[in-house]
Amino acid sequence: MSGCLDIRDLSAVLPNGQRVLRSVSLAVQPGEVCALVGESGAGKTMIGKAVLGVLPSSVRIVEGDMRLEGEDLGKLPPKARRTLIGARTALIPQDPLTALNPSRRVGSQMTDRLVRILGWSGERADTRIRQLLDEVQIRDPDRVLKSYPHELSGGMRQRVLIAAAFAAEPRLIVADEPTTALDVTVQKQILRLIVQLQREHGTAILFVTHDLGVVAKISQKVSVLYAGKVVEEAETAALFAAPQHPYTRALMAATPRYTDPFASLKPVDEAVLAGLASEIAAADQAWRRPHG
Amino acid sequence: MDEGRAQRRGVSPRLWLAGGWLLLALLAAIFAPLVGPQDPLAQDLMLERLPPFWMNGAEPGYWLGTDSLGRDLLSRLIFGGRIAFIVAFSAAIAACLVGSTLGLIAGYFGGWADRIISRVVDVWMAFPPVLFAILLVAVLGTGLSSVILAIAIIDWTRFCRVIRAETMGQSHMDYVENARIAGYGRIGIMLREVLPNVVPSIVALLSLEMGIAVIVEAILSFVNLSISTDDPTWGGIIAEGRLSIHQAWWVLVFPLITLILTVLSFSQFGEALKTRFDPVLR
Ligand SMILES: Nc1ncnc2c1ncn2[C@@H]1O[C@H](COP(=O)(O)OP(=O)(O)OP(=O)(O)O)[C@@H](O)[C@H]1O
Ligand SMILES: [Mg+2]
Repeated sequence: MSGCLDIRDLSAVLPNGQRVLRSVSLAVQPGEVCALVGESGAGKTMIGKAVLGVLPSSVRIVEGDMRLEGEDLGKLPPKARRTLIGARTALIPQDPLTALNPSRRVGSQMTDRLVRILGWSGERADTRIRQLLDEVQIRDPDRVLKSYPHELSGGMRQRVLIAAAFAAEPRLIVADEPTTALDVTVQKQILRLIVQLQREHGTAILFVTHDLGVVAKISQKVSVLYAGKVVEEAETAALFAAPQHPYTRALMAATPRYTDPFASLKPVDEAVLAGLASEIAAADQAWRRPHG
Repeated sequence: MDEGRAQRRGVSPRLWLAGGWLLLALLAAIFAPLVGPQDPLAQDLMLERLPPFWMNGAEPGYWLGTDSLGRDLLSRLIFGGRIAFIVAFSAAIAACLVGSTLGLIAGYFGGWADRIISRVVDVWMAFPPVLFAILLVAVLGTGLSSVILAIAIIDWTRFCRVIRAETMGQSHMDYVENARIAGYGRIGIMLREVLPNVVPSIVALLSLEMGIAVIVEAILSFVNLSISTDDPTWGGIIAEGRLSIHQAWWVLVFPLITLILTVLSFSQFGEALKTRFDPVLR
């Protein structure tokens, strides 16, 4: 049956005709954490934005469809699509500073969404937000709610955003490298919080990262992305036990054992890249034929 | 945050000095009939070119001296302030409303709206402003409302350009994207999310524009294109003072000082308010 998120053959192009997403297929089941890994520029954020309906205006979807809990997003009228996405999804962003409005108090930003989008009363929204702040272990909600974003630490801000993301009980959360901008010491706590809330609320997460160590820890499924193309998709355990694609193997070889939280990707082997390049070229060729 | 506090401390004297002068000038203008020591229009050939109070030959009650027709300079400056402030407030607010609205629309919606608005701004700004003002008043006719209209017509572009750029910067911030994901409408996002972030700049520009309006009005008065020449205006007094600079320097110097202090205060006040309004700098 239909999953939480179903992306099929999604292709998106830049104005110059270059494809940034190359027939991406991806499925996230309800309550599941699906990791999306790949190097910088692979198109991970692009996929997240496509799902959430906030692609840059220069990027155009030319093919494929996305279903959110069975609803075909491409077939819905814009207004209904916005409402559906607003009610069923949320984003945990990479940079918790710019994701909060600098000139508005944290509290009003958090409750606003519940009040204006879900039509809750202010009181109910406030109770709900406080409950979530407690879940993300913020012990002084009064101060936090009254603060402006710049008055909070990076870790605090990300907790606030996590609380805000879960507050409306979305079915799917896109987490785009939610710990990259944070202090090493805070990264683990934040990650643990996300997983904890995800389990308790049964929310599906599309977790974007370039850190295989994180993938191993939190996800049930992985899609490996290279140049906007999914080169391998597997259960996490299976992927780590027996990576099929040479690029996945190269990524794993290039990642220092999962002890270093900064585990960044070292350069991937030349031969593998050459193989990938021809694979991509072949895929583009095959794609171009029916599309002129 | 500590940095912000330090800045705030540095800002305060500026705010108080500039604000103090503006308040003083504004109150004097409002209550001109009460505080003006003399009738600003009363000519008395017996009292012509009296020097300011500390010089030999000064008369009590004529603190800053008199002009070549024997009119009291301080009273004329105070009454002239009325027109200066009326023009400053009305013209700046009008320019601000038009310019900020268009700037917000261009910056937030982009696309063809931005292309049209930006093109108009470019063409507009190609005119030298003073010449433009003189031309406009010549067309609109002299008088208070046409001076105000002329200044607004010329200077809305200043708001439009700055607000457009700021809005554009804000529109690419993640919090705007977040609001879009949440499902807020475009206009709602523009007004509730973006606008509060450009308000500090609008306030600063508004104050600066008031200063500019004062100058433009003075220039128009100077070339005799402002309102009727009977009512004293700062520009008008400067024009008269220029003619008698050798016999009565004060008629030129005091209005100049008044004008400069007011214009500087407006710009400083705006800057100080901006840091006050900005939650990050505050
Ligand atoms: N606004 C945009 N307009 C056009 N192209 C863009 C835009 N944003 C990103 N791109 C391009 O799209 C591709 C995918 O970018 P994306 O941001 O999705 O990468 P990513 O996998 O999220 O990388 P990172 O790990 O650095 O965040 C890149 O080649 C990038 O140059
Ligand atoms: Mg990214």
